[in-house]
Amino acid sequence: MKAIVNISLKAGVLDSQGKAVHHALDALNFDGVTDVRVGKQIVLQLDETDATKAKESVIQMCEALLANTVIEDYEIELIS
Amino acid sequence: MKVGILQFPGTNCEYDTQYAFTMLGCSTEIIWHQETSISPTVDLLVIAGGFSYGDYLRSGAIARFSPVMQAVQEYAASGKNILGICNGFQVLTESHLLPGALKRNESLHFISQHHHLKVASTDNTFLQKMQKDAIVNIPIAHHDGNFYIDPQSLQELYDNDQILLHYCDENGELLNPNGSVDSIAGICNKEKTVFGLMPHPERAMERILGSSDGRMMLEGFITT
Repeated sequence: MKAIVNISLKAGVLDSQGKAVHHALDALNFDGVTDVRVGKQIVLQLDETDATKAKESVIQMCEALLANTVIEDYEIELIS
Repeated sequence: MKVGILQFPGTNCEYDTQYAFTMLGCSTEIIWHQETSISPTVDLLVIAGGFSYGDYLRSGAIARFSPVMQAVQEYAASGKNILGICNGFQVLTESHLLPGALKRNESLHFISQHHHLKVASTDNTFLQKMQKDAIVNIPIAHHDGNFYIDPQSLQELYDNDQILLHYCDENGELLNPNGSVDSIAGICNKEKTVFGLMPHPERAMERILGSSDGRMMLEGFITT
């Protein structure tokens, strides 16, 4: 099973990289972009075949290491 | 007095730190991250600056799980003093020994320059030799020094007098180089035993090298 973890700064925490990318898009005349957030993606290959157990385990990984929950949120997508 | 200095792969300020504390008359010991204990003879533990584990994932995030960090947690729990400088500050927030987090600088640039700091509190071991509101000149060198803390926890820092230093200009007016909340450059825990700051006092020990203001800061820890 594969787990895709998307990590981004929490809403309300200023995302300087997102802001810089937004400015760059404006400079390239890409109109109509109202907000840009830059995050990171971590892709995990797992032995686990049970989706519930896999998700539980990835949540633990996120809380312990993958995300800093003081400033970051994470979303987990499982692909079997 | 003995100072223990932690060394992770990628730490690069351990010998500057050792030099600084040797100048102040301390004996020192470099402690490799694979160690699983910290000698009880260590009176002050310093987590030195650098780029532990290449700053991969987040600055300080991987170092937090080094074998030695369990011993650091126990050392902290025993109430002995810990000082985290720059990457050491990041390791301390990642380890939850200090509140908040250090984000990428608002400008997205690595900043390496001398910067003025204003002493916010002297009611602690670290800055006890200094005057409140004193302005000092200390180098900063970081990419991820943008201190973030949620408003409620920020209020707790103020209520418990845990804010040590603010970035300022030469006249003491707040001047924010990296986007830190309230221009905060350093904090301590509620018990005032764990200290973290982004600036490098160990690089400001001799006037001939630009400033000796770091000396008075580090002297706060010296007991004998």
